[in-house]
Amino acid sequence: MQVHKYDVVIVGAGGAGMRAAIESGQRARTAVLTKLYPTRSHTGAAQGGMCAALANVEEDNWEWHTFDTIKGGDYLVDQDAAEVMAKEAIDAVLDLEKMGLPFNRTPEGRIDQRRFGGHTRDHGKAPVRRSCYAADRTGHMILQTLYQNCVKHNVEFYNEFYVLDLLMVDEEVDGELNRRVAGVVAYDLASGELHVFQAKSVVFATGGSGKVFKTTSNAHTLTGDGMGIAYRRGIPLEDMEFFQFHPTGLAGLGILLSEAARGEGGILRNADGERFMERYAPTIKDLAPRDIVARSMANEVREGRGAGPNKDYVLLDLTHLEPEHIDAKLPDITEFARTYLGVEPYNEPVPVFPTAHYNMGGIPTNISAEVLQTNESTIPGLYAAGEVACVSVHGSNRLGTNSLLDINVFGKRAGIAAAEYSQTAEFVDLPEDPESYTATLLDAVRGSEGTERVGAIRKELQETMDTNVQVFRTADTLKKAVGDIDALKERYMRITVQDKGKRYNLDLLEAVELGILLDLARVTTAAALHRKESRGGHYREDFPDRDDENFMEHSMAYLDPAATEADVPGIRLATKPVEFTRYKPMERKY
Amino acid sequence: MPTETKDESAEPASKVELPDSVAGSGEIPSFDITLRVRRYLPEFYDEAYWDDFQVTMYGTDRVLDALHKVKWEMDGSVSFRRSCAHGVCGSDAMRINGHNRLACKVLLKDLNTSKPITVEPIKGLPVEKDLIVDMEPFFQSYREIMPFLMNESAPPSKERLQSAEERERFDDTTKCILCAACTSSCPVFWTDGQYFGPAAIVNAHRFIFDSRDDAGDMRLEVLNDKEGVWRCRTTFNCTDACPRGIQVTKAISEVKQAILSRKV
Repeated sequence: MQVHKYDVVIVGAGGAGMRAAIESGQRARTAVLTKLYPTRSHTGAAQGGMCAALANVEEDNWEWHTFDTIKGGDYLVDQDAAEVMAKEAIDAVLDLEKMGLPFNRTPEGRIDQRRFGGHTRDHGKAPVRRSCYAADRTGHMILQTLYQNCVKHNVEFYNEFYVLDLLMVDEEVDGELNRRVAGVVAYDLASGELHVFQAKSVVFATGGSGKVFKTTSNAHTLTGDGMGIAYRRGIPLEDMEFFQFHPTGLAGLGILLSEAARGEGGILRNADGERFMERYAPTIKDLAPRDIVARSMANEVREGRGAGPNKDYVLLDLTHLEPEHIDAKLPDITEFARTYLGVEPYNEPVPVFPTAHYNMGGIPTNISAEVLQTNESTIPGLYAAGEVACVSVHGSNRLGTNSLLDINVFGKRAGIAAAEYSQTAEFVDLPEDPESYTATLLDAVRGSEGTERVGAIRKELQETMDTNVQVFRTADTLKKAVGDIDALKERYMRITVQDKGKRYNLDLLEAVELGILLDLARVTTAAALHRKESRGGHYREDFPDRDDENFMEHSMAYLDPAATEADVPGIRLATKPVEFTRYKPMERKY
Repeated sequence: MPTETKDESAEPASKVELPDSVAGSGEIPSFDITLRVRRYLPEFYDEAYWDDFQVTMYGTDRVLDALHKVKWEMDGSVSFRRSCAHGVCGSDAMRINGHNRLACKVLLKDLNTSKPITVEPIKGLPVEKDLIVDMEPFFQSYREIMPFLMNESAPPSKERLQSAEERERFDDTTKCILCAACTSSCPVFWTDGQYFGPAAIVNAHRFIFDSRDDAGDMRLEVLNDKEGVWRCRTTFNCTDACPRGIQVTKAISEVKQAILSRKV
């Protein structure tokens, strides 16, 4: 076992991690530990853009952006955080441009902007051009630009280091017991060795957990590692019931087709050729927020108006757009349709269906990206940013483009805060045998002598989540899911890992990831069962209305073996108030 | 570039007649394949060897789906990198039937499934295990061309201006995902690992032709080295291999031209 010592350790090298690293690396001795080579991160798959009220092409201001974000999140957004994000969005875009990001340009040479779902002028009056973009590969450009700037600033990466534990110690300060960060433990995939990283500050930026679902736009590697590690160490997870299903995944595959397709004029049709969004959101139609569009699509299919041989998808119609316009603005996604479905979007509509896309919940933080261990207290030295975190700027439904914005704004904040903290704080002594928890975990998985296959359990988990915890939920489907997950957890105790080597044992890696997915699926389902209302991405058919009186609050799920009487035993569900500044909850209509 | 007027002009129809073909055909075809995987497990065997797996696959399944099926259902030790599974992260470049491709972008039905489909690691980089190679030499070359915007002038308060035409000039090379399919398809790179390789040159091109960048001459100097662009023999393997459709050989030629015209 090797021990390393850094002021700041950043876990994850997607957009949030690298944005943090650029700041932290210039202020403090920083290491970035990442399961994947940085440029493999799923930030690179984001397409449509990053909103900021630059007002380059029409009147706009950050206050409208704040309002749209809050309304889009169905008023579960912490309004102070949304205000920070919308205000700092402008500099976040300009920072990227100065770092070299090749945005599309207006005829005047300024950063071009386009429409995106839920982004409006003057509090919902009409769609506004707010999304700054680089064709339909904005995430790719952000990931590349941030990596380029990490190279420029000599950021130290530990590639293919899989962090599996967060080390914290309880310290007595002025008679009170405080938890403080001591470091992390990582498994080096290339060698199979454990490494301990002692650090004054740790930033979690590990991304989302989309692989709990079967139909998903997420990468195979998005297994919620950071959330799982934190949760197992007693940190609560906030708002995990809110998962975003993106309306336009390629049918059957889940591969994302950007909302930019609709921003550029694409529309959704059912099997009858009807533009059905006119019925569900008469004002902004196909550009309604994602939760509304996804539910509308699922409802069309459920009521028998789906297209295709099994009537199980709807159609994204771009055929009325000029091919040159499609090529200039949507080159990648139209290529996906050609490559994977053999459909030519110039003259055929593309089969689409909602796909699991984004976890609105995660590790709770305040607006300085400090991780909360309770509603009132933070863990000094611990930060989180990006999809792994819940600030909460997305509330119960994230607006398109706001995730690329989130990683830049809060990644930067986390990097600065972590570095500044490390300049005043002392190292915390490592606990004795710091690697013991991780070694035990790996030995248990590796040494398991059962016959169950990781792939089979994961498939069944994803299937029950798709069937029971997707766009439409009821108490019955959620209870069914909990039962299924518990049975799978029991089978997980009897898995076999066939690869017996140490070098690049990705069989072992997948087994460990599955353990985390099972934990997170259970938390998501428990929180969904607890929230007896419908709001944003969480829709309970047995409680179809929003219930502000009882549920205008964040959920906080704690791992608690003593919670044997809970609806889902072992998970204690508490609440946290929503931060309000100036916007009173209103009915959400588009 | 088309202007923004288009999407205001034609509000799409509320209802249209859809052709029957949109309904698609009813059956998803299945087919049996032999996946022949180049194995290298240095902890257990000194030599690399071929391993055949028979799997039944469906419809639009890709080579990556077949590899997953093998790993998840037959032999968990088969090792390869992958992440996004739709051609944007660059993890799963490999040699498929002798051609460098991303496993997630090659549909099995587009290959001859009556013969074994061979899958090997990309060439020219040290093999670590099965299809996994050491990417460090590749990223080393990338870092050497200074792949970041350099501009010494005081930044404006807002964005730097750039015309749509100036932006278009380097659009093609911004698409690179650093998968190494091009570099590891290059015969020069196979015999001379010191050669920068196509991917590094593509990324240099991306900055050399960016109107906002001031360091083009520095990069041209780096690539004028004996291991630089002049090693390119214009075999076009790289252009064929690029999963993003980048005109790699053309980009290399443009860099050669730039060296000649600016510096001679």
